[in-house]
Amino acid sequence: MRVQLTVRKSNPERGGLPYFQDYSVEAGRGTSLLSALLKIKEEVDGTLTFRASCRAAICGSCLMQVNGIQKLACKTPLQEEFRRHGKITVGPMANMPVIKDLVVRMDPFWEKIKAITPYVKQKPEPSPPEQLQNLHEQLHNADGCIMCGACLSACPSFEVSPRFLGPAALAKSYRFQVDPRDGTHADRLQALQEPDGIWDCVRCNFCVQVCPKDVQPMEQIIRLRRMSLTTGLSQSVPARHITEFIKVVKEEGRLNEVRLPILMTWGHWGKMLRIFPLGLKMLFHGKVPFPFKWLPGRQAIRAIFDIQSKRNRV
Amino acid sequence: MKYALYPGCAAKGAAPELYQATQKVIDRLGIAVTELTDFNCCGAGVISEADPDLAYTLNARTLATAEKWGLNIMTLCGTCQGVLGAANKALQTDEALRERINKALYTATGLTYQGSVMVKHLQWILVKDFGLERLQPFITHPLTELSVAPFYGCYMLRPASTTGFDDWEDPSSLEKLIRGVGAQPVEYEGRAKCCGFPVFIEREEIALGMVGERIADAQKKGGEIMVTPCPLCHMSLDIYQSRAEEKLRSTGQADATLNMPILHLPQLLGLAMGFSHSELGMNRHLTATGAF
Repeated sequence: MRVQLTVRKSNPERGGLPYFQDYSVEAGRGTSLLSALLKIKEEVDGTLTFRASCRAAICGSCLMQVNGIQKLACKTPLQEEFRRHGKITVGPMANMPVIKDLVVRMDPFWEKIKAITPYVKQKPEPSPPEQLQNLHEQLHNADGCIMCGACLSACPSFEVSPRFLGPAALAKSYRFQVDPRDGTHADRLQALQEPDGIWDCVRCNFCVQVCPKDVQPMEQIIRLRRMSLTTGLSQSVPARHITEFIKVVKEEGRLNEVRLPILMTWGHWGKMLRIFPLGLKMLFHGKVPFPFKWLPGRQAIRAIFDIQSKRNRV
Repeated sequence: MKYALYPGCAAKGAAPELYQATQKVIDRLGIAVTELTDFNCCGAGVISEADPDLAYTLNARTLATAEKWGLNIMTLCGTCQGVLGAANKALQTDEALRERINKALYTATGLTYQGSVMVKHLQWILVKDFGLERLQPFITHPLTELSVAPFYGCYMLRPASTTGFDDWEDPSSLEKLIRGVGAQPVEYEGRAKCCGFPVFIEREEIALGMVGERIADAQKKGGEIMVTPCPLCHMSLDIYQSRAEEKLRSTGQADATLNMPILHLPQLLGLAMGFSHSELGMNRHLTATGAF
């Protein structure tokens, strides 16, 4: 079948606005977007610019936006993509500076990777070999990253807050956090508590969804958060979002939107002052619920908390 | 057609208008529900960050109660749908997990969950179980010429492995309902992105950035109102809208104006069925809903 491929072209160095160029290509069974782009470049338009190398979803070079979603061109079958969306529109990775057509500067991505110290800082004493034998399981595939940048490009926190370390770097940080050879676990985790670290993730699952290697960056970020709570890094406002949330639901069975913000920001008076006017406005609009609720089933709910916290202590 | 109604904390707390509008709409449509009156929180993806098994057990209690009643669950909140739905899928497919969670659940409550319940958001029920054709006779006041920006909310779409109703890359159920009430859905980039709610208090600047982007984007594409199936997205987009406007103005967009009424999904349907703004609780919104 023949399909139309629409490519967003631009050359910021030469000026001028981005424009869309249509190409008609043959999409046979198994034809990948990358092979179509290569054919266009060879036979139709030599100016079309994109990165590609291995053609096998290993090098991570050919990441682009396909119908608005971050995908590796080499791993995207043209026919299926067309059937799913009824069109094929290709553009450069979002939230990265464009060099030309589908090629972007990856500097923002590499800066973040560098920022998390992406190598083992050896302990003085060697790790016993048995610790290393099961390492792969503990890594939860966080070492499967091919650095394509899909997750960072798709991350809505990065979109509005470019200093956020982002999914790839944080997943990599987790990888070193569980490596028994590394001697800097406490420092690494402490550094991630700062703004732009693990607590800036909004848990939107975009990174999990677009990752071509199932690294599940958000899950690794959650593991880092869990580690923070269990190692005593639990007094920041975002950490207390979790601990106080649990406390409220344990006591009342449900979330109490009046108590939680107060408990979270207690002692962080600047934050509390910021939410206070909104709370008042909500009160005047009838959006502040009666703060005391007694559910008939609260004993059963509390029993669930008691059993699970007993398990955690064991 | 009968469901166990799981209202969620927001509809019973800071978004009572969602509960109110839902009651009006499902009563009119004849969708019967038995409410889970002493339901517990789903954990909202927060409890599982600290303790996944605790979150599973809390959700297993909800699922086991609906199972005992022989009913599938109707949710009103995108986040509840995502979290309860994902817990359900895990408990249905992972036998070892189900056994472990059931042990704790039984000791605490005397209940066990066998995995027979389906968890469906009102949006999905209307599109699939009830059906758009059957909805048509109830649309007595079609919202013709109104441009409505759909806002899905993350938990309605991702992870696709546990949500599975819409194609997460190109969802359509909300657009179908918008057309169903006679209005025009607006195409804009932000419809499947995050609203910023989870970092509302701890990282307000991020949340405001997201609220500003979404609304400005939808406004630019001609959106007159925005509709969402998630009361947490509603809270973020409605309550933080004026601050998001301030932020846009202070970051170089001096003439930025955000003025987007945010509706809960059943409010949109309710308007098209002839209910008044106050019957649907729209006076409770912080961003004025205007006269459309």
